[in-house]
Amino acid sequence: MPVVNWLKRHLVVIAGLVTLAYLLLPNVIVTVFSFNKPKGRFNYQWQQFSTDAWKDPCGVADMCGSLSISLQIAFWATIGATLLGTMIAFALVRYRFRARGTVNSLIFLPMAMPEVVMAASLLTLFLNLGAQLGFWTILIAHIMFCLSFVVVAVKARVMSMDPRLEQAAQDLYAGPAQTFLRVTLPIAAPGIAAGALLSFALSFDDFIITNFNAGSTVTFPMFVWGSAQRGTPVQINVIGTAMFLVAVLLVLTSMVISNRRNRQKA
Amino acid sequence: MATVTEAPPLAPTPEKKPPRKRGRWTPYWLLLPGLLWLIVFFALPMIYQGSTSVQTGSLEEGYKVTWHFSTYWDALSEYWPQFLRSILYAGSATILCLILGYPLAYLIAFRAGRWRNLVMVLVIAPFFTSFLIRTLAWKTILADSGPVVSTLNSLHILDVTNALGWTAGDRVLATPLAVVCGLTYNFLPFMILPLYTSLERIDGRLHEAAGDLYAKPWTTFRKVTFPLSMPGVVSGTLLTFIPAAGDFVNAELLGSTDTRMIGNVIQTQFLRILDYPTAAALSFILMAAILFMVTIYIRRAGTEDLV
Repeated sequence: MPVVNWLKRHLVVIAGLVTLAYLLLPNVIVTVFSFNKPKGRFNYQWQQFSTDAWKDPCGVADMCGSLSISLQIAFWATIGATLLGTMIAFALVRYRFRARGTVNSLIFLPMAMPEVVMAASLLTLFLNLGAQLGFWTILIAHIMFCLSFVVVAVKARVMSMDPRLEQAAQDLYAGPAQTFLRVTLPIAAPGIAAGALLSFALSFDDFIITNFNAGSTVTFPMFVWGSAQRGTPVQINVIGTAMFLVAVLLVLTSMVISNRRNRQKA
Repeated sequence: MATVTEAPPLAPTPEKKPPRKRGRWTPYWLLLPGLLWLIVFFALPMIYQGSTSVQTGSLEEGYKVTWHFSTYWDALSEYWPQFLRSILYAGSATILCLILGYPLAYLIAFRAGRWRNLVMVLVIAPFFTSFLIRTLAWKTILADSGPVVSTLNSLHILDVTNALGWTAGDRVLATPLAVVCGLTYNFLPFMILPLYTSLERIDGRLHEAAGDLYAKPWTTFRKVTFPLSMPGVVSGTLLTFIPAAGDFVNAELLGSTDTRMIGNVIQTQFLRILDYPTAAALSFILMAAILFMVTIYIRRAGTEDLV
């Protein structure tokens, strides 16, 4: 029974590929339906092929505005969270100080908390303080929940770093600042980059916390949420497809470049 | 994309060297801004929420702390079905994620060879398309007249799920099945990444050793691979269950009024009905329930050093 044997041997691979298909199916649908020409307000049923939406991606009122707000918030949230998170990570790995346990749990808890709880409690704070909900409250919230992820990413990298490299730099008469800038930072950079990338993705895609604390400001996920009630324009799929393609292309290019570099070294 | 795989949020990170002591005040200066941020915008709000939950009053007249604890009792007795449903749906989604995610994580770690990076990219890439857009795509996939529903129908699978109460009529949309399917889809990468990280650390020679000792592949998996991947299983299930239990997006977009989860209730209470004390109490109960379950789970799984 060669077929049965073959199936047995490749069962894991087949099951894995099925899962991969499950993960990618929605993206295929999003892409295909970006070329749809729906009859009604909702873009859920295939009607006919059209490139109208691709020719006019900003043709829907307010959508590109919301996209720009989301990009701005994601940009500043990434900078804020990466800066604060990297500092915490260095303090945690490199120094001994009191209340380490408290600090650790304060960083762990936001990741172990359902988003809706953080969103609701933050809203009660803002309401009690009488803060004006909008761009700034969203930014504050995003920095808050991205911070922990940066700490974890940077911490992992700094922890695996050989401390003798820094000692060597100091033995070679590098000052503390020089050691940090020319040795420590370059080695920690991949961790910091991973944290920043994660922050950007988390902030850009956040809906639950933003929904509670946005006031009348509309980010891109908020726009999509609203359109699920009012009618989904095809342009949403165009943006979704474009983001997917850009991300895949960026990652593949960086992979090719690092492969080449590795080969040159070897 | 090696960068992301290096940093699964809950992967155990053993402390190797004791931190050294340098400038006495330096760590505090480094910690100050970030911790202040977390204290003011994470811890303090929890206290405000606790206080709001025991207040009485109205929007017009304002709220006062009256230690009105019966809000908790009222909230629980009115919304316990939604609580139960949240735990049930999130639990089912977590189990499904484990069943679906494990083979893929295993495939990436041991069987993908030169395709490893590409598969990894494909697992992460969907993240870059807004999850709301991707969730809406399930409306198309599970549409009443679509190929998925008609296939399930002709195979009489829908008859079974109807009998179990997972679906109703000849549709999948607006049923518990659709919500669980959406939750599973949305949180699957959070299962796969930690699983992959812990599988990848396993020394391949252990598999060979098990084989040399006449263990069949299944025995090797049960006795060697799976136990060694436990840290990944624990953090993966946590990373899936916690956000799934508080989610309201899938229940709203793919479900109906009969599939409302506790997240939906909190959202409507806060943003539409504006009953802040009830909403705060519900949110507090959810938080307490999850922290309780997570603590028990971590104790039982025996991995307490998750951060």
